[in-house]
Amino acid sequence: MTDTVTQGVAQRRELIAFRIGDQEFCVDIMSVREIRGWAPATPLPRTPSFVKGVINLRGAVLPIIDLGARLGLSTSEPTARHVIMVVHIGERTIGLLVDAVSDIINMSDDLVQPTPDVASDQVKTFVKGLFALDGRMVSLIALDRVLPETEAEAA
Amino acid sequence: MDPFESIKATFFQECEELLTDMESGLLAMEQGDDDSETINAVFRAVHSVKGGAGAFGLEELIRFAHVFETVLDEMRSGKLHLTDEVAKVLLRASDVLADHVAAARSGGSVDEGRTVGMIADLQALIDQDRAAELGLNDDGDPNAGEEDFGFVPVVLSLDEPTADAPEVDVAALMAAAAAEPAEAANPVAAPGWRITFRPKAEMYAKANEAALVLRELARLGEVEVALDADAVPPLDQLSAEQAYLTWTIRLSGDKSEAEVREVFEFVEDDCELEVTREGETAAADVATPADDDASASAVEAAAAAPLDLDALLARVAGSAEEPAPPAAPEPVAAAPAAPPAPPAQAPANLDVVGLIALAEKASQDHAQTQAVAPKVEQKAEPKAEARASAGAPTAATPTIRVDLDRVDRLINAVGELVIQQAMLSQRVFESGLARSSDVALGLEDLELLTREIQDSVMAIRAQPVKSVFQRMPRLVREVADMVGKKVRLVMDGENTEVDKTVIERLSDPITHMLRNAIDHGLETPEEREAGGKAAEGTVRLAALHRGGRIVIEVQDDGRGINRPRVRGIAVSKGLIAEDAVLSDDEIDNLIFLPGFSTADVVSDISGRGVGMDVVKRSIQALGGRISITSEPGKGSKFSMSLPLTLAVLDGMVVSAADQTLVAPLSNIVESLTPRAEDVHLIGGRDAVICIRDTFVPLIDVGVALGFRDTPLPPASGVAVLVESEGGGKAALLVEAIQGQRQVVIKSLEANYQHIHGVAAATILGDGRVALILDVDALVTTSRRKAPRIEKRMAV
Amino acid sequence: MNKTVLTIDDSRTMREMLNMALVQAGYRVIQAVDGVEGLEVLRAEGADVVITDINMPRMDGFGVIEGVRADPAHRATPILVLTTESDATKKERARAAGATGWIVKPFNPTKLVDAIRRVAA
Repeated sequence: MTDTVTQGVAQRRELIAFRIGDQEFCVDIMSVREIRGWAPATPLPRTPSFVKGVINLRGAVLPIIDLGARLGLSTSEPTARHVIMVVHIGERTIGLLVDAVSDIINMSDDLVQPTPDVASDQVKTFVKGLFALDGRMVSLIALDRVLPETEAEAA
Repeated sequence: MDPFESIKATFFQECEELLTDMESGLLAMEQGDDDSETINAVFRAVHSVKGGAGAFGLEELIRFAHVFETVLDEMRSGKLHLTDEVAKVLLRASDVLADHVAAARSGGSVDEGRTVGMIADLQALIDQDRAAELGLNDDGDPNAGEEDFGFVPVVLSLDEPTADAPEVDVAALMAAAAAEPAEAANPVAAPGWRITFRPKAEMYAKANEAALVLRELARLGEVEVALDADAVPPLDQLSAEQAYLTWTIRLSGDKSEAEVREVFEFVEDDCELEVTREGETAAADVATPADDDASASAVEAAAAAPLDLDALLARVAGSAEEPAPPAAPEPVAAAPAAPPAPPAQAPANLDVVGLIALAEKASQDHAQTQAVAPKVEQKAEPKAEARASAGAPTAATPTIRVDLDRVDRLINAVGELVIQQAMLSQRVFESGLARSSDVALGLEDLELLTREIQDSVMAIRAQPVKSVFQRMPRLVREVADMVGKKVRLVMDGENTEVDKTVIERLSDPITHMLRNAIDHGLETPEEREAGGKAAEGTVRLAALHRGGRIVIEVQDDGRGINRPRVRGIAVSKGLIAEDAVLSDDEIDNLIFLPGFSTADVVSDISGRGVGMDVVKRSIQALGGRISITSEPGKGSKFSMSLPLTLAVLDGMVVSAADQTLVAPLSNIVESLTPRAEDVHLIGGRDAVICIRDTFVPLIDVGVALGFRDTPLPPASGVAVLVESEGGGKAALLVEAIQGQRQVVIKSLEANYQHIHGVAAATILGDGRVALILDVDALVTTSRRKAPRIEKRMAV
Repeated sequence: MNKTVLTIDDSRTMREMLNMALVQAGYRVIQAVDGVEGLEVLRAEGADVVITDINMPRMDGFGVIEGVRADPAHRATPILVLTTESDATKKERARAAGATGWIVKPFNPTKLVDAIRRVAA
């Protein structure tokens, strides 16, 4: 992925915005493969709590990450109203559990501001920038950090 | 892909095949096969490697292949004889060649010292040989066969020059030049070349065409061509197999002599050819007045006519007393005149008129081609296209090459089909439809059909184990060298087929078993001889199908397992109790226990750092099993069996902690309902179960996977007895067994990561993901938690 | 119509090299993996030029040359032999058997096409 914050020339891109609780986040639309309703996942043994398990997506076994839990937000048990955003992260395909998809945003990179220092470490790990949209604050998610593999908690 | 890169990929692919062919040939030679076809095949393999390497400029590879090839060529020609020693050197050279190919492929480098040493060894073979047979080498004369050619050239000029004696050319040239009228009439300002070209019959016999040569010459610059047909005899004396025509060509432009001569490269030995600078010709003219009467008169006659094609053709016509047709106009290469009928042409039609007619058409290549080879226009077009696009099909078994990705996609799709079919069946039966209903019967047929499709599709990807086996002779040589033993490797069942997914995983266990057999199993040559055996040990590597699985056996004729020693080691490592009563088989299989081959034993037994426990675990991870049988003094045999594919697995579907899980059937010995009195707690909560007087650890799967904290009351579940490493067993406690089923294996790592205790995932009939248990990991974990269980049980 | 070149070589790499160079130069290419197949293909489909390797299983390049020259229907078909040999022995043997010309490996596409043009109308 391009580093959207430090690009000299402002690129325009499409983003998919979604809600978790009362906060709004977004990811690049190019990394989203599809959006589907929540279906129960098969739990995996000894995984961090934000890994909800695996589902069958047309024959592929996809891990489902509860993005709210990943970001350290309070979460509730998923219901049929929740959605799974199927996203590509490098070679992998994973599902992100979020509350709802809220918007498709067309915006330019130069509007993205760095994450302020007030944010917690956990937020700074996963949020690579912020921008304002109609008075709302939207956080741009760094997808490549969402999987637990390189972190100690995965062990 | 860049076509060049793709050909390069083909080259390396082909190299693998060539190296294999080469090695099997060399192995046959090592066994004393000195059949010329065997040696030839090896030579061809090395030669082809070199040829391809040449195309890609792989210098190191070319250099080594060249030396290797030279030695093989000496052998081919009978100058170097096959001995045991020679075969050994060649085998080592084949290993070095393989290294070079690998290095060229990866862009890496090879061990320079080894290469240099190998080259020296190879050269020593030739030198030694040459010294021994000096003087006997007489078949290298490049011209030896040439004179046998069956045509006697008829020559127009009396002083027939030969290509080998260029000085004679000068005389002929000067004679011709003296008679050339155009020279004086049309002095040309630009420097140029004067070329006299007089084909012999041989030239036409080889399907060369004067017209084509002249056409090519015309590409170098402006040409003026004069045809001298004086030598054409009257019709009744005309021979179809002779050559009568001479061309004199003036080429303007600044081409070098080499460039001019290159045009004649293919014909220079079958014609009289003189190439001189225009200026020099004039000088020669003065210095040497026509010194040959016949030649002079011929050209003088020619001199009477103006130098143009029309006139020349008219002359030709005149000599045959026929009217002259018009000649081919400029700017055609002005090089008409067909050859006077190579033997292929119908001699009956050959007359001078025909010649001229051909000459007239010289600008129409097409027409001439037809005359020469009338069949070329009538090709089986579609068939030819198919051949070209399909690469080179061999006549015997038609095959197609398919991108592996496509096959994999097909296999995945069929996997989905199997799952969908299972889901559909489940739904239908859940709906309460009678098993005898039409829908249910149709579903049964569908299931059979689905299975059949799956089997067929899997067969596409099946490969012979040859690709793995072929790497082993080298390994055996190297290990044998390293430990100073003499080993003969015998391989059986190389064509046994198994799925690609399994093939890739066979190499490591086979490598370990072979090393173990050579290093540990076989005695030294001295020991063997002392024991009345042949100094050379035999290791047999075999593959066979048995019971829907592939079995790989590694058998040696060595000393067999030293049971007292193995037992001693196991006791000293605390793996068994000192007074444990074990059968011979059980003792033999102790070598698979983790912790058996620790550091101090490794150097002694398996040699290169990996214990047999690791081998066993990796085989079990593939759903395989390994065991050993041994007879003291006679040898040992490792047998490993693996599923034919890693794409599907026969599993037992069980429930534990509300989860549906699959245990590979290959691990399962039996299942039973535990009685409360058979289960004993050791320490806090680790349980063992007594099955037919043997205590085995009882592992609560739900707890082991962390799905729940409280173990299931043993009597309310089912114990699945599984085989663990070291021949020991464990019982997995689950809530229920749902049944047996073939499942499609899905990787967890593809989108997530490895999880301890889980081998893979699958998709069940209800569309949900179920995890496949890694039985060995579960059992190992429990063993680590309770290391002394086995010792206790043995007491 | 494009001229047809029959390439006979047991090396897949070489066949593909030839194929690439020839197709780019506008020839139609048919292939065979050894001399026996080469003669079969020539008889079945014909060719304007034959390019053959020397060292091949079943039937070598000399066999191909002799076979072509002995076949009344194809004896006038030009034959180019592929040779890596720097020594003249093979080339001379091929010439003696009736080869029309030769291509020294490794070849570049220009030389290859030049050689064909010199022997094929």
